[in-house]
Amino acid sequence: MRLIILEDADIVADWAARFVLQRVTQFAPGPDKRFVLGLPTGGTPLGMYRKLIQFYKEGKISFKYVTTFNMDEYVGLPRDHPESYHYYMWNEFFKHVDIDPAQAHVLDGNAPDLVAECARFERLIQEAGGVHLFIGGIGPDGHIAFNEPGSSLVSRTRVKTLAYDTLEANKRFFGNDISKVPRQALTVGVGTVMDAKEVMILITGVHKALALAKAVEEGVNHMWTVSAFQQHPQTLFVCDEAATLELRVKTVKYFKALSEEHQRMIEDAPVQAQRVLH
Amino acid sequence: MSNRSELTRFFNCYILRDNKIIREDLWMRDGKIENPEHIFYVEQLKPTRNINCNNVLIAPGFIDIQINGGWGIDFSYDCDNVEKGIEKVATELLAHGVTSFCPTMVTSSKEKYAKILPKIKKSQGGRHGATVLGVHLEGPFISLAKKGAHLDEYIRTPDKGLESIAEVYGSLDNVVIVTLAPELPGATKAIKELTDLGIKVALGHSTASLAQGEEAVKNGANLITHLFNAMLPFHHRDPGLVGLLASTTKRQVHYGIISDGLHTHPAALRIACRTNPEGLILVSDAVAAQGLQDGKYRIGPQSVTVKDGCAYVTGTDTLCGSTAGLDDCVINFKQSIDCSLEYALQVASLHPAQALGIDNKKGKLNYGYDADLVFLHLETLKVQSTWIAGECVYSIS
Repeated sequence: MRLIILEDADIVADWAARFVLQRVTQFAPGPDKRFVLGLPTGGTPLGMYRKLIQFYKEGKISFKYVTTFNMDEYVGLPRDHPESYHYYMWNEFFKHVDIDPAQAHVLDGNAPDLVAECARFERLIQEAGGVHLFIGGIGPDGHIAFNEPGSSLVSRTRVKTLAYDTLEANKRFFGNDISKVPRQALTVGVGTVMDAKEVMILITGVHKALALAKAVEEGVNHMWTVSAFQQHPQTLFVCDEAATLELRVKTVKYFKALSEEHQRMIEDAPVQAQRVLH
Repeated sequence: MSNRSELTRFFNCYILRDNKIIREDLWMRDGKIENPEHIFYVEQLKPTRNINCNNVLIAPGFIDIQINGGWGIDFSYDCDNVEKGIEKVATELLAHGVTSFCPTMVTSSKEKYAKILPKIKKSQGGRHGATVLGVHLEGPFISLAKKGAHLDEYIRTPDKGLESIAEVYGSLDNVVIVTLAPELPGATKAIKELTDLGIKVALGHSTASLAQGEEAVKNGANLITHLFNAMLPFHHRDPGLVGLLASTTKRQVHYGIISDGLHTHPAALRIACRTNPEGLILVSDAVAAQGLQDGKYRIGPQSVTVKDGCAYVTGTDTLCGSTAGLDDCVINFKQSIDCSLEYALQVASLHPAQALGIDNKKGKLNYGYDADLVFLHLETLKVQSTWIAGECVYSIS
């Protein structure tokens, strides 16, 4: 596990986008060799998407041979609802780049058979050869995707009922009316993300500080599902200073001392060589 | 050439959508505006044609519901080759961003109606010209006292309602708007019967009181023809037809305004606009002289002199229509009332579509709407290109 501590949220966004750029470029995807990317939604990755769009416009990156899988989607929310993740992905990313619509997978929360939809999603990931890089954000309670506290750490893509905290946190997007917040979501499981070759988790803001501490300083705990990634062979937590406020000084110092090395490794070394550094 | 099922994406552009100008791509296919998000997720298709718009502003094509002619053609007078005349004007209008229009005939003799009216058919536009939505008949059922440039000898009253009207016009198949004076005997009956046929009734060339105007609106009239012109001036004890802008009748009344900078004082424009912003429609009320130099022309059976860009009844100082294009009217209007750009565009597109009851397919850039578009320079608002049903029918370059 690596922890990259950067100054603020803008720099985190920029760093994350450069990381994606570097990974995709090094992979050199083509028609028979697609790069498979797992994608999050929400406020934290927004800056990363904007930066990636900029890279695309500058001709630095193409998504033509990139396959994407989104982490989650609400159940029963119309696809064109401004809070749906389809809407988010279309407006914040897909419409700006050259991605193949048949290769941009988002869970269908309006599918007639939700269980079958989840199974189909898992199958698609398998058929794509697994995810090369899964990017995620976390909630203040340490959830990754919609794997709420208490979720199994070996879970697969499934229907999840949302925790009250999540409904409460999301009601601001639904006219402050908690009854309008969808109560269920489809989400990849912790196990689904764990299967990815590489995972990058973005954490910014002081309200995520406790979650970050639980994720990296305490044991693996299904009440803080993101902590599972301590056991992933190649996980990268990228956070800003504000998110480190609940960490021990020694933790921060340790990772900050390593940061130059991390940076260099990420910039120059082939992905395989990076696996030795945790 | 646009092939069927070609999926076009305009990018690098601003579009007018949901009352706002936003930076957004516009997608279209088979002559209709498409929902790209739906195409991406459901059909999983990419555009087959990407057009870089270089930062133009895309607005719904302009709709002119009152235009008497232009480029030497007078719809009310030239009856030998009506189709050709319509086509000539329809083609020229494309350069002004007009994608649909209502050829307008002023008060004429029965013989003229019989000769001309059946030949102005509703027709879908394209490279050959703007869409003809149907004819606007202005007169002869108007007030002698407010005849404007209309000739006395043909003016009459609709005593028997629709019967009198049909007797003068003949077939009403090609007609979409009739302008009449509601105070005339039989007018109320006529309004009811015309609107029952789906024809919109506009009030104008009239000395009607507000009460008479309201009665007309209750019976189906939904338009006022060139507000302020050829009607009683506003009076505080009886505001007349102008009063309909602030009337308590439930229905939205639309009103045509000529904003060529001559027919209506900017302050009068602002009064109308602030009183009833939703109802305002820009019309060109253009005459044969539109697009022509100063000189002598015809409007209906009368001689018209154009001097310094203004059209007068020859030998008088009676204004008889404008020589401005609707694109210029939009620019003038925006400058006159200092309104939002969105609004200035809507009064020439959305509002006329609403008045004609075709705002379910024209006047907006919503998904499923006709891809009738005008590309405007973002700052000068000059027309760069015009599109009808997804096809480029005019381009400045």
